[in-house]
Amino acid sequence: MDNALGEPQTIVLLGGTSDIGRAIVERLLSPSTQTVVLAGRRADELRPAELGRPGVDVHTVAFEASDTASHEAFVRELAERHGDLDVVVLAFGQLVDQAELDDDPQRAAEMVTVNYTGAVSVGLAVAAQFRRQGHGRLVVLSSVAGERVRKANFVYGSSKAGLDGFAQGLGDALAGTGASVLVVRPGFVHSKMTTGSKEAPFATTPAAVADATIKALAKGRRTVWVPATLRPIFSVFRHLPGALWRRLPLG
Amino acid sequence: MTTEWVTLTGWGRTAPSSAAVVERSSRDIEGLVAAVKDLPPRGGIARGLGRSYGDPAQNGGGAVVMLRDHAHEAVIDHAAGTATVPAGVSLDELLRVLVPRGWFVPVTPGTRFVTVGGAIASDIHGKNHHLDGSFGSNVERLSLLLADGTVSELSPSDGAELFWATVGGMGLTGIILDATIRLLPITTSRLAVDTDRIGDLHTLLATMEEGDRYFRYSVAWIDPMARGRHLGRSVLTRADHATVDQLRPHHAADPLAYEPRQRLTVPPIVPGPGVVNHTTIKVFNELWYRKAPRRRVGHIESIPGFFHPLDMVGSWNRLYGRAGFLQYQLLVPFGAEAALREVLERFAASGAPSFLSVLKRFGAANPAPLSFPAPGWTLTVDVPTATYGLHRLFHALDDVVLGAGGRHYLAKDAHTTPEAIRRGYPRLEEWQAVRRSVDPAGVWASDLARRLRLC
Repeated sequence: MDNALGEPQTIVLLGGTSDIGRAIVERLLSPSTQTVVLAGRRADELRPAELGRPGVDVHTVAFEASDTASHEAFVRELAERHGDLDVVVLAFGQLVDQAELDDDPQRAAEMVTVNYTGAVSVGLAVAAQFRRQGHGRLVVLSSVAGERVRKANFVYGSSKAGLDGFAQGLGDALAGTGASVLVVRPGFVHSKMTTGSKEAPFATTPAAVADATIKALAKGRRTVWVPATLRPIFSVFRHLPGALWRRLPLG
Repeated sequence: MTTEWVTLTGWGRTAPSSAAVVERSSRDIEGLVAAVKDLPPRGGIARGLGRSYGDPAQNGGGAVVMLRDHAHEAVIDHAAGTATVPAGVSLDELLRVLVPRGWFVPVTPGTRFVTVGGAIASDIHGKNHHLDGSFGSNVERLSLLLADGTVSELSPSDGAELFWATVGGMGLTGIILDATIRLLPITTSRLAVDTDRIGDLHTLLATMEEGDRYFRYSVAWIDPMARGRHLGRSVLTRADHATVDQLRPHHAADPLAYEPRQRLTVPPIVPGPGVVNHTTIKVFNELWYRKAPRRRVGHIESIPGFFHPLDMVGSWNRLYGRAGFLQYQLLVPFGAEAALREVLERFAASGAPSFLSVLKRFGAANPAPLSFPAPGWTLTVDVPTATYGLHRLFHALDDVVLGAGGRHYLAKDAHTTPEAIRRGYPRLEEWQAVRRSVDPAGVWASDLARRLRLC
């Protein structure tokens, strides 16, 4: 259960190696936290000890985003083993260089399946668990790359566009159930995922994204942009004529 | 017969969860038993008027049972001085029946809007605890609907273990259907009140220790934002029920007249962040303290005026805005006054805005394992949830309270940990064993029980 200060007892991170995801979990830790579950594909890279605190059990579990058939049972087992899931952070995703994807549709399909299809499947399973519990908060790491897709990373961008729409709709669908969804839209983030990528303007860090996420959770918001200036900026970008958009130096 | 999914919170309007709400009359035993047999896997919990501050009367993903009862179903035994009341009746409704007939409830909290069932399950206390004990101590018998669908008649001499597990048991032993409570005879509907303005904590504690025994009712309002040599500056009010000769002629003509009224209400359009912040409240507290008389003796006040001032403003919890608020209520035993001082110091130092802070001396405890009151000092402070650093402050205060051998009140708690309850209630395991014996399948469940691992 969450307490009145918004401190969860059980936190689940889907995508246990995500820099942003781990930063969010770190900030959610409180004297009330009892269980943290790190779910990921590469168990040896989950480093549970880093998130350990006295009184907190950190568990690791195998999770394959593209294995959608396993997601329903996966979520049920989590709840059976650990009790109510208070906060679930959906932080898994792949970013493959667009240049590699142009000639490799199969690779692109795999990436999109992880980023979007897998998220839909596990997101719905988590929502069903939240309905059973009468409470729960889902944090979905979306991206401004989905707000208006640019050619520099259009396959990735499209998968985030899908994820964003799904997460928003899910949040609306959960109204009145006691559960909620927070959609986080960071700009370019300096992280493991983007090492080697060319930085875009309005870059930010996992710590900054996590701070903004915690604030937004405390206020019960449904969406949060990081940095916040990206919101008015994309208001404009969204309506730019295509010719202008394509000429913007966004990498 | 209604079943609908509703998002519920406590009075603090925090930590919402959704449950299926079931309504029945406490007289409809058949209907209630059917509802109990029909409870979902997440179980059920009774809910009164939702005046607990945290999450004891909500049950995410499960059911919440609300009893619809009427005060005219209460039966007064004038010879024995008792009343047998359906559990869903509120103290407000009950008082409207009792007061004009020369009776008062043995214990009343700061609001009339609690049900008799809730009063027992939370084992509420009032300004007269030092003399008359808690509500549960004044219950002669009650009937309890158990998880297996049977109804048990319980009293301190018959089924005592389950009786005392139900008093203060936060609804987790079953649904209280009705209770017989001892009444206090009164000759007027007013009180003679002595008021003292006191400048610091030490003087306050000494005054209460010395003089509480001469009054039935005693409580101090403390300015929790006052610091330094003003720490603990307060307004101490002590009272007894007035006799007819103490009343002025126009009141004496109808000595038991009783007309509590809600004068205004807070509409649901208070701005998002509420109006309670550091500045507004510091000013409010200063004015409140200054306006109190230095010393006034025998001032005649009405029952609602003395006991239930906040009830005069409906939905006052809305003033705290969308994020809601928490109430921190602690007990520290006599001898641990230093811990009390430390709590007030930390609180004032934090700058957290609070205008409601109450100090009371408790008398003897009763045999209930989860009952909150025990000999010592109880301090209650309200704080907006959005206060910066509140989680740090509260967790630090928890350590001070527990370190001094104190504890927290389950009817108010909205933030603490299972560990804090284990430490504060040494007889928790004993209570859990009794609970398990009447509810092995865990039919009774609540967000509080899950959060604090009570079951």
